[in-house]
Amino acid sequence: MPTELAEPPAPVLDEPEPGHSLWQDAWARLRKNRLAVASGVMLCLMAVACLLGPIFTQGYAEQHLDKYATPPSSEHWLGTDTLGRDLLARILIGGRVSFSVGLCATAVALVIGVGYGTISGYFGGMLDMLMMRVVDIIYAFPFTIFVILLMVIFERNFLLLFAAIGAVEWLTMARIVRSQVLTLRQMEFVEAAEATGVPRARIISRHIIPNVLGPVIVYTTLTIPAVMLLEAFLSFLGLGVQPPLASWGVLINEGAKSMEEFWWLLVFPGLALSCSLFSLNFLGDGLRDALDPKASKD
Amino acid sequence: MALLDVQDLKVSFHTRNGIVRAVNGVSFALEKGETLGVVGESGSGKSVTCYSMMGLIPQPPGRIEGGTAFFGGVDLLKATKAQLNDIRGRRIAMIFQDPMTSLNPYVRVGEQIIEPVIIHERITRTAARKRALAALEEVGVQDPLARLQAYPHQFSGGMRQRVMIAMALITNPELLIADEPTTALDVTVQAQILELIKKMQRNHGTAVIFVTHDLGVVSGFCDRVQVMYAGRIVESASVGEIFRQPLHPYNRALQKSIPAFQPKGHDLYTIPGLPPDLSKSVDGCTFAPRCEFAQEFCRRGEMKLTEIVKGHASACVRVQRGELVLDGSATSPGS
Repeated sequence: MPTELAEPPAPVLDEPEPGHSLWQDAWARLRKNRLAVASGVMLCLMAVACLLGPIFTQGYAEQHLDKYATPPSSEHWLGTDTLGRDLLARILIGGRVSFSVGLCATAVALVIGVGYGTISGYFGGMLDMLMMRVVDIIYAFPFTIFVILLMVIFERNFLLLFAAIGAVEWLTMARIVRSQVLTLRQMEFVEAAEATGVPRARIISRHIIPNVLGPVIVYTTLTIPAVMLLEAFLSFLGLGVQPPLASWGVLINEGAKSMEEFWWLLVFPGLALSCSLFSLNFLGDGLRDALDPKASKD
Repeated sequence: MALLDVQDLKVSFHTRNGIVRAVNGVSFALEKGETLGVVGESGSGKSVTCYSMMGLIPQPPGRIEGGTAFFGGVDLLKATKAQLNDIRGRRIAMIFQDPMTSLNPYVRVGEQIIEPVIIHERITRTAARKRALAALEEVGVQDPLARLQAYPHQFSGGMRQRVMIAMALITNPELLIADEPTTALDVTVQAQILELIKKMQRNHGTAVIFVTHDLGVVSGFCDRVQVMYAGRIVESASVGEIFRQPLHPYNRALQKSIPAFQPKGHDLYTIPGLPPDLSKSVDGCTFAPRCEFAQEFCRRGEMKLTEIVKGHASACVRVQRGELVLDGSATSPGS
């Protein structure tokens, strides 16, 4: 998993000029932003650790009841939990769950939301009205009941969790994108493109979508943490990740119950979650600035 | 045959406050290489006329109620999207009022200039870029090679309008529609841009429809002028005639309002009243409520543009009856 989700969708400009595309420019500007680079590196390291780490640690489900909640030591770097399971292993495996839920659900929300919002805003009229009423209806539907329904109808399934979260998060994205597209459609450069005989698909991909990316990226970086928290909430209700598998949300929840005696059970998972959320936010900020050509100093 | 032949164009907008008849029976023709000025105040239907020919009227709320606009054997008003897309940008190009918003801020200027060529011609990007370079040079952009790589925000308003002109003319269109191309620019730049459009027109032999509300601009630039009011053409003549012998009170009132013609120290002349509400249908002459020469019969019947002298048409009933002779301006302004 390279530089996490905040990555924009595949380049929409056709064959960018060598060394000069918007994306290469953005990359050059992003590299100058130290905070964003540090965040990116941090996220990469965490991703690699979560992916490869569990190979080297003890099993996350291995219980050693004789090691009831031992503090950090050379044997268990981050200590053990109340069932004597190695906390480091559990954090790493929990990171896998949290990251993949965050990324996949956000990707689902991103693709559906941007597509839906763009179509609704660009074509307007009756279609727009209908599409937005559908969004309103889904909005009004209680999320928890929706997820419980999904879980009952289908098996408890990891993929379903992504789908359920994504299915809720795309609504706001669609609204944001639609409102942006509505203003963009009025802009003279879109009219000028139409007056030049540019086909609709190209107007959308070349003139509309790049112009909505700024707000979309910012919202995306806000969505990932929101999704991670939602997952924690669902797991807490017993609808998400099932023990012995863990996610950061689950670990924090467990840690919070016993934080007065065993501080490490709360601090380390919390640190992992907040570090990644901070990094995502900084990276998102950096990406937004980098993708805005007006921000360049030359 | 005329390059563009518009007959009885009617465009309306269906809004919550009723049907606004923005263009109400406009007819005109344009020859190859000719420059037609379209003058009128805000809301007189000048822009809507142009937009409807380019298929840029948002529908709904807009609706083209009737008429034809033949261009090279194709009725632009009934053309399919594919037909329109083939004509727009290749044979008809358009430049817009506000150069600050008519370029996409996320795309390099060079890429935007070549867009019409890439779409309409089978050409490699390298060849297209060479064309763009030549086009930028032709419109007088300094250091064009570096400018191709720049983003629109690195250009000033006048420069952007130059870029728009280069972009519009890169495919050598037969017709250029310029919708108030100088309104958003400051006066010195205005003159430069006008000169540039004139030069480009000479070089490429393009016909131009020049929409403006500035009579001064028209006088130095156009071959023929038509004055629009409340969605209709009220007077149409060669540029000299329009100033020398106005045949419609509205045209005369417009000329009287030009500050340069008025003695210093006096209040500026203004046309009393407001343009009519286009959502209400008016009997008779639409200008009658504001016209100092209006008679009772002006408010009845149908307005009709009729040729009074050869090549000079007026919609004023009193002029048509021969009752009214208007004094013209001694000289045309601005030229």
